[in-house]
Amino acid sequence: MERITIRFKVNGEDATVAVAPHWNLLRVLREELELTGAKEGCGAGECGACTVLVNGRAVNACLYPAVEADGAEVTTVEGLAGPGGELHPIQRAFVEKGAVQCGFCTPGMVLSAKALLDRVPLPSEEEIRTALAGNLCRCTGYAQIIEAVQAAAEELSR
Amino acid sequence: MSATAVVGKAVPKVDGAEKVTGRTVYIHDLKIPGMLYGKIKYSDRVSARIVSIDTSEAEKVPGVKAVITAYNTPEIRFGFLKDNTALKKDRVRQYRDEIAAVAATTPEAAEEAVRKIRVEYEDLPAVFDPDEALAPEAPRVHETDARGKPLKDNRLRLPWRVEAGDVKAGEEASAFVAEGEYEVGWVTHCCLGTSGCIASFDPHGNLTMYSNTQIPSLARTDYMEALKAMGLRGRVRVVNAAIGGGFGSKLDTYAHEYIAILLAHRTGRPVKIVFDREEEFFATSPRQPVKVRVRQGCDAQGRLTFREISMVLDNGAYTSWGATTPTVMMMPATSLYRVPNVRFEATCVYTNNTYCQAMRGYGTPQVTFAIECNLDELAEKVGLDPLEMRLRNANEPGEVTPQGFKVTTCGHRECIEEVAKRLDWKNKRGRAGQTGSKRRGVGMACLMHVGGGAKIYRSDGCGTLIKVDDFGNVDVFSGSMDIGQGLDTVLRQIVAETLGVGIERVNVIVGDTDVCPWDVGVHASRSTFIAGNSALNAARMVRDQILEFAGQMLEAPPEILALENGQVVCREDPSKNLPLAKVLRRAHFAKTGNTMFMAAHFYEPDTDMLEGEFKGNYSCTYAWGCHGVEVEVDTETGHVEIVKYVAAHDVGRAINPMLLRGQVQGAVMMGIGYALSEEMIFEQGRLRNPNFRDYKILTAKDAVKVEPVIVETEDPAGPFGAKGIGEPGLVPSAPAIANAIYDAVGVRLNRLPLKPERVLRALKEREAPSGPCGALQREG
Repeated sequence: MERITIRFKVNGEDATVAVAPHWNLLRVLREELELTGAKEGCGAGECGACTVLVNGRAVNACLYPAVEADGAEVTTVEGLAGPGGELHPIQRAFVEKGAVQCGFCTPGMVLSAKALLDRVPLPSEEEIRTALAGNLCRCTGYAQIIEAVQAAAEELSR
Repeated sequence: MSATAVVGKAVPKVDGAEKVTGRTVYIHDLKIPGMLYGKIKYSDRVSARIVSIDTSEAEKVPGVKAVITAYNTPEIRFGFLKDNTALKKDRVRQYRDEIAAVAATTPEAAEEAVRKIRVEYEDLPAVFDPDEALAPEAPRVHETDARGKPLKDNRLRLPWRVEAGDVKAGEEASAFVAEGEYEVGWVTHCCLGTSGCIASFDPHGNLTMYSNTQIPSLARTDYMEALKAMGLRGRVRVVNAAIGGGFGSKLDTYAHEYIAILLAHRTGRPVKIVFDREEEFFATSPRQPVKVRVRQGCDAQGRLTFREISMVLDNGAYTSWGATTPTVMMMPATSLYRVPNVRFEATCVYTNNTYCQAMRGYGTPQVTFAIECNLDELAEKVGLDPLEMRLRNANEPGEVTPQGFKVTTCGHRECIEEVAKRLDWKNKRGRAGQTGSKRRGVGMACLMHVGGGAKIYRSDGCGTLIKVDDFGNVDVFSGSMDIGQGLDTVLRQIVAETLGVGIERVNVIVGDTDVCPWDVGVHASRSTFIAGNSALNAARMVRDQILEFAGQMLEAPPEILALENGQVVCREDPSKNLPLAKVLRRAHFAKTGNTMFMAAHFYEPDTDMLEGEFKGNYSCTYAWGCHGVEVEVDTETGHVEIVKYVAAHDVGRAINPMLLRGQVQGAVMMGIGYALSEEMIFEQGRLRNPNFRDYKILTAKDAVKVEPVIVETEDPAGPFGAKGIGEPGLVPSAPAIANAIYDAVGVRLNRLPLKPERVLRALKEREAPSGPCGALQREG
């Protein structure tokens, strides 16, 4: 099958991948680059488990054509922690506020939260709920996730 | 309550950092060298004879290593009644029936090959309504049972009946009787991580199953039986990857797992099968639909005199644990509130619908919906406030219920009172003079659940092994599993507390049957209680060994020694205190009698497995609770908004209040989904909404902030006083909401979900009653 070479940045590092035209970004991240933090929960853009950031915007990687990522800056959950492995304030808040149970939705949730806080440093609760509405969670009932995002927003704004 | 260092504290989940950084390995992320990808060909017909299967084109697809059917593999029977087979021979009975499977080097090749399998069918009659399936002329879903004995109808031969007291006398003594029919449909677990496994054989024929099961020990037994059916003698090891949600869905073994085993054996390579979302919806087993008939009565003062419940469950085409949920439904049916005379019977019926399984609550959400809605109707007949009705009949500590359950601690009354207070019940119930299209009302419903295990299997036990190294690091091998609920953290807290070490010193190892002891599984809200007690007892044994040795070292009786803050502490002479690590090394490197401290304990609760008359005590303790809700009903759209939600639970003692809140909040949200929006729509056996677009679980936008009220009764049988809390949080949500809708707009809705069109239709029917009385409640 014909392959197209795409070049892009993933978590700050250069990546070059030969992709088939029908591949989505999730496949490239998970299968080609072994970045398995982004999950496939539905493959149809309905659950948000595959959320990653493309040029700072939260996208469903399962719907995002891989070729579209050419030249882009992609951030996955693996790229959030600091160089020494210290957790990003959003990650830390998720752990400390009880926002993580089975954890399958967590990487996507964390990245949707990051996209929001990068854009709106101190969002209202309603803005948080809207930003996370595309990320389904079956375990937590969302309350502790929303509180974690609020706590992270406060810390990041200090 | 005794003072504790880490028990009772909001300790963050110990695998949290791994999960937020994306390092946790789920079955979807796991690859083994040489691994093939398996894919299943499902039936195109709901009920048919298989005339022929042509796999020749599939076999030609490049990358395909094996194509299997029931005709070229040994038969593997499985399920509670062994009425299911991994691959179907001659006959299909539901759309999810597995006809063939492929293993290939890529998922794409496997998919392409499955598309090229041609099956010729001869259609057979089908039946989808359980009442119709009970009719003598109904087409039979199974001609014979698993042993080949002819079946004369679609009724499952299961003895789900219990009776206590004298129902007839109870009815005669009643001043008021309420009677009603309630109906609940299919809902499904919607685990974000779909089902899957990897089967791998070593050269000696030993099987390793990489799995996400909730029942590693029982699954191992099931897989061993499968190997036997295949004529193999190998050992089985079950290794769990991280589990992306359970909720009961992984409480049994399934066809796809046996198919992976067959494919792995056929190809000599590891084979992975992971469901896509559509498969997760249609090929896993949902909560069973039930039609419940309730009659209950009370005397002039509102004291319950009798309760009679009969129900029909749609079992679907095969039998899993779902068919046993009536053994748990019996519990609230006979024992929620003090009712002297009770009768319960349940009939499970084969149909050509999907077959059902366990789901959080294990039948109690269905039956509690019926009991608690009906109780409000009864209260209305008496002229009593539903709050007062519940307080008059609330369960009390020390009672033995008609079915034989021994109630030890019981915070039922406190839970009701807390809900009434926090909801401002007295002022908000029955608000007169509401104008406009939006009307508010409040409702409540209670729950009873097993809180100390549930002996529905021959053993309700769990084993724990603990070893301590030279430095005070502790490894805890438990038979239980963490499925996200936080068992890993709770066990750490219990062991750290008992050994007086920091929680970071304790490592919990679960999910590998080669190294972990036996456990019956993560279900029945039992893990904190049963696995917790098992770990507590093992830790106490280790503690006693250490103190015994330290006593010799210090020439002090062990009774005056304790383990605290990483030290052996002498209560009478603090100058004798020693670092724990020093004691451990002294014991290990002694000149003679070298020892390292380790202990094993198998905890089996002293409870009864109910059979025959179904009377006895199947849990060490019971969990109680009450939920109260304020709703706003839009009479123009039928939309129901939750304004306030209070969930009060008797939890014995909160080992970890933060994780406990997560269990309650998450369960309530699942319960609200059950009440208002979730519904699997089957038409002639075909699931019409196998995706998150059309099957509505609640989102962050819909999230209701639950006000959790923790009532601590400190159960003497529980580890540090704890009871189970995994399931109770979703049990009373639906009836509490239905009762609140009635308070707001005066219509009773007896069928879930309470979706806007049903609310609206009920309101319209009330304005202009045209059809037969009550019909509105039974229409979709």
